[in-house]
Amino acid sequence: MTSVLVFIEADETGAASQASLQAITAAKQLSPSTVFAVTAGAVSGSESLPVDTVIGLPGVETSDDGIFDSLTSDLAALIRSKSPELALFPKTDQGSVVSARVAFRLGVAFAADCTDISGSAGAISVTRPVYGGSALADFSIASIPAVVSVRPGAFEPSASDGGSPSTEQAASAGEGSRGASVINAVAESREGVRLEDAPVVVSGGRGLGGPEPFAVLEDLANSLDGAVGASRAACDAGWIDHSHQVGLTGKTVSPDVYIAVGISGASQHMAGCSSSRAIVAINKDGDSNIFKEARFGVVGDWEKVLPAFIEQVKALKA
Amino acid sequence: MVNGFDLNAVEAALLLKDAGVDVEISVLSVGTDFALDALKKTLAMGADRLVLVDEQGLDKIDAAATVKVLTALIEEDGPFDLVLGGRQASDWDQAHVVLGVAESIGASLVTLVQKLEVDGESLKIQRVIPEGFQEVTCPTPAVLTVTNELGEARYPNLRGIMKASRKQPDTYSLTDLGLSEADLESKVKLEKLYIPESNKQVELIGGEDEAEAGRNLAVRLREEKLI
Repeated sequence: MTSVLVFIEADETGAASQASLQAITAAKQLSPSTVFAVTAGAVSGSESLPVDTVIGLPGVETSDDGIFDSLTSDLAALIRSKSPELALFPKTDQGSVVSARVAFRLGVAFAADCTDISGSAGAISVTRPVYGGSALADFSIASIPAVVSVRPGAFEPSASDGGSPSTEQAASAGEGSRGASVINAVAESREGVRLEDAPVVVSGGRGLGGPEPFAVLEDLANSLDGAVGASRAACDAGWIDHSHQVGLTGKTVSPDVYIAVGISGASQHMAGCSSSRAIVAINKDGDSNIFKEARFGVVGDWEKVLPAFIEQVKALKA
Repeated sequence: MVNGFDLNAVEAALLLKDAGVDVEISVLSVGTDFALDALKKTLAMGADRLVLVDEQGLDKIDAAATVKVLTALIEEDGPFDLVLGGRQASDWDQAHVVLGVAESIGASLVTLVQKLEVDGESLKIQRVIPEGFQEVTCPTPAVLTVTNELGEARYPNLRGIMKASRKQPDTYSLTDLGLSEADLESKVKLEKLYIPESNKQVELIGGEDEAEAGRNLAVRLREEKLI
């Protein structure tokens, strides 16, 4: 493999996001001679990324935020000029849209949401979860270049190697907008940490039996600087808003700890949380699927387990 | 099968019609031996036409090939002012067919649309973002992906079902669209499909009673530096 290009996103602190650092790890797994990191706008700490060259794209206009017309055309132009054999994107909200658009714009091979990657240029093999994560599929990609998006949480984030990459500034492709333009953003009140970014997610399911217990989960989430999630069954029952839904038809999260309370662990739900570092299950049915996926579990009635757990968590945190 | 996300897209089109916009709604699909009853649900909801590319083998093509067929279909059967799609497919989670269509027909693209209005020649759109929504303007022709925040797809009423039962789809073959099987060959080949072996062994935490198990769990998570 001669060269791999990795798209780097900034997190909310302005530094390279974990998902981007994980994509660098995926790139390095292929032992390419050159790793290009591409940043759009300022990414703090980019001068110490463990790559060979950091390429800055022209600043992104706010009217392109979420539309990605300029980002797509600038990235496509960069891939044409640098001719990497592979372009990797973190499969975040932005990365999944931009990777697909760039791949279709260039008319090249595209594989999304991959959890493993191996091989060499012209013979790349990728793995992706299908059927809501209940099966895996291996694909081979024989054509060059290929665009691949990497599932957050599937690789360890790469750390700075002490080297300092060279830097370049790419020119704007100048194709720019296709007409859609953001006029303004309207904030709707949302409390606490974003579910997708939370280091701890406390989720409730059908086993909670009603809306009230979500206040208890909220209390636990707050003491762990986490966010509250829910299974589809709990959302459909109206116990909590659909914006909290984790799963195939909801959000995908990959926190350090995913605490599932009263969730049976259907594959559609696990699709949204299976890349968590550790899943912790509290469920009174010891045979439920969640215990097959969990690292730690308590078989018991959440009404008895959870208050004592929360009390102990608070004592440990104090 | 029409998945739930695509029904959101049909609903978005119907809401435009409800708002008095003069539209003809065509439902496009690519596949093999369609279950017509399922697709006719969209007609029963209020869509005007069903347009199908129905040929052996089309149930097995990948997203890139689906984009090719849909693009050819849109060029042959269109033009359309607006192409609406669901935010993702439910089965293989291939969210990018709609994005690919936008790229190949060269139209404007707005994703995650929760509200759509027609304002003269352009579209007024609310696009979902984590903090709330963006207000976006967009000229036509445009390609949009619609989110479930737009609202539940309506249920067909009896009159709609009766009307739909009398309608027949317009059907195209690949040849009609100037495509051959070779055009649909995939650059990404499926080599192996398998059930992952679970190497996870759950560590069950117990105690004298359930409350103690809860306390022990907290201590164990702390030991592992997870909390």
